[in-house]
Amino acid sequence: MTMSKHRVMQFSAKFLASVLLLTAIAVFSYYEAAKAEYGDVVMNEFSDEAGMRPVVFPHWFHRIRFRCKVCHGDLGFRFEAGGNGINMLKIIDGEYCGACHDGDVAWSIENCDLCHSGVPNTPTHVHHSTVQKLVAPLPSGTADNSAADDEPGETE
Amino acid sequence: MNSGGVRNLGALAFACCLAVVAMSTLAGLAAAQSDPNRFNRLMKPPAERNSPPPTDGIHDPENEGTYLLQTPLEAFSPMPKSKSGNYVSWNKAIDENAIAPRNNLGEQAMPPIVLDLNIVREVKGSMPDVVYPHKQHTQWLDCANCHPAIFIPQKGANQISMASILLGEKCGVCHGKVAFPVSECRRCHSRPKQQTAVN
Repeated sequence: MTMSKHRVMQFSAKFLASVLLLTAIAVFSYYEAAKAEYGDVVMNEFSDEAGMRPVVFPHWFHRIRFRCKVCHGDLGFRFEAGGNGINMLKIIDGEYCGACHDGDVAWSIENCDLCHSGVPNTPTHVHHSTVQKLVAPLPSGTADNSAADDEPGETE
Repeated sequence: MNSGGVRNLGALAFACCLAVVAMSTLAGLAAAQSDPNRFNRLMKPPAERNSPPPTDGIHDPENEGTYLLQTPLEAFSPMPKSKSGNYVSWNKAIDENAIAPRNNLGEQAMPPIVLDLNIVREVKGSMPDVVYPHKQHTQWLDCANCHPAIFIPQKGANQISMASILLGEKCGVCHGKVAFPVSECRRCHSRPKQQTAVN
């Protein structure tokens, strides 16, 4: 009996140590740079104005579950971040996100903060996209550009 | 002290060792970050790939929902890896049945209509010619997604340049945004130019 109790204690000490280690690494490896997933789409056409956080759409998450043509063909999403004029009314009417986010195929719209989860004032863009890097860099300090700001050699 | 106490002490010592190792690693990490001439200073280190939403810089860590979202690493765990983009190979993932994305919304799952047809584009300049595989694209997309709005379905009718792709047109509608990035030159420019006879 005592042996197993000690094993448990030993295990819990190891477990605690591992948790501490992982937490420390997580905290230290985090610095200001945005390192969100390739293809994360931020949509902020109406959110900021309406006092909501911008929407972060994880494209990769949906691509694991559905082929491109389901949304970009059957549901009519254009290939353009912020190019669909999506608002909550359309979603409630079953258009765009609302085709699945109806509490049936996927969780329904009362889970506001699962979509509206972006850092306030982040502009509409596709994260890490070539266009974003070359054509329309975001204002300094927001999202992707902060990575460059962290470089010691960079000037403001 | 009984044997249990010794074991406990051993566990504590183990924990301390781990903590010391952790601290020294972190000190090393911090030093690496501050070194102006550190290796690959503009590249994203592997530890920063596939960050979880609370630390990815675009999700608000003050938002409760942020912590409920699936992390990329968890979602990608069954998928074969690659060296760019999401660091997973989407096509291999389908071929190896690591993922099974649905092709329609209805109850009855419909398989995609796959077209196995390679289009070779002979390019100007010194780069190898482009081989465009319809197969991999039609596994994901319908014909109507690209034809005729993005690409006119007729040989020689489409002017494509790297400049337009970089600006998000033609192939760049997806590549460089959600499909593999344009830095992967050789995945498209894959067929060596045919040698012409020199007199």
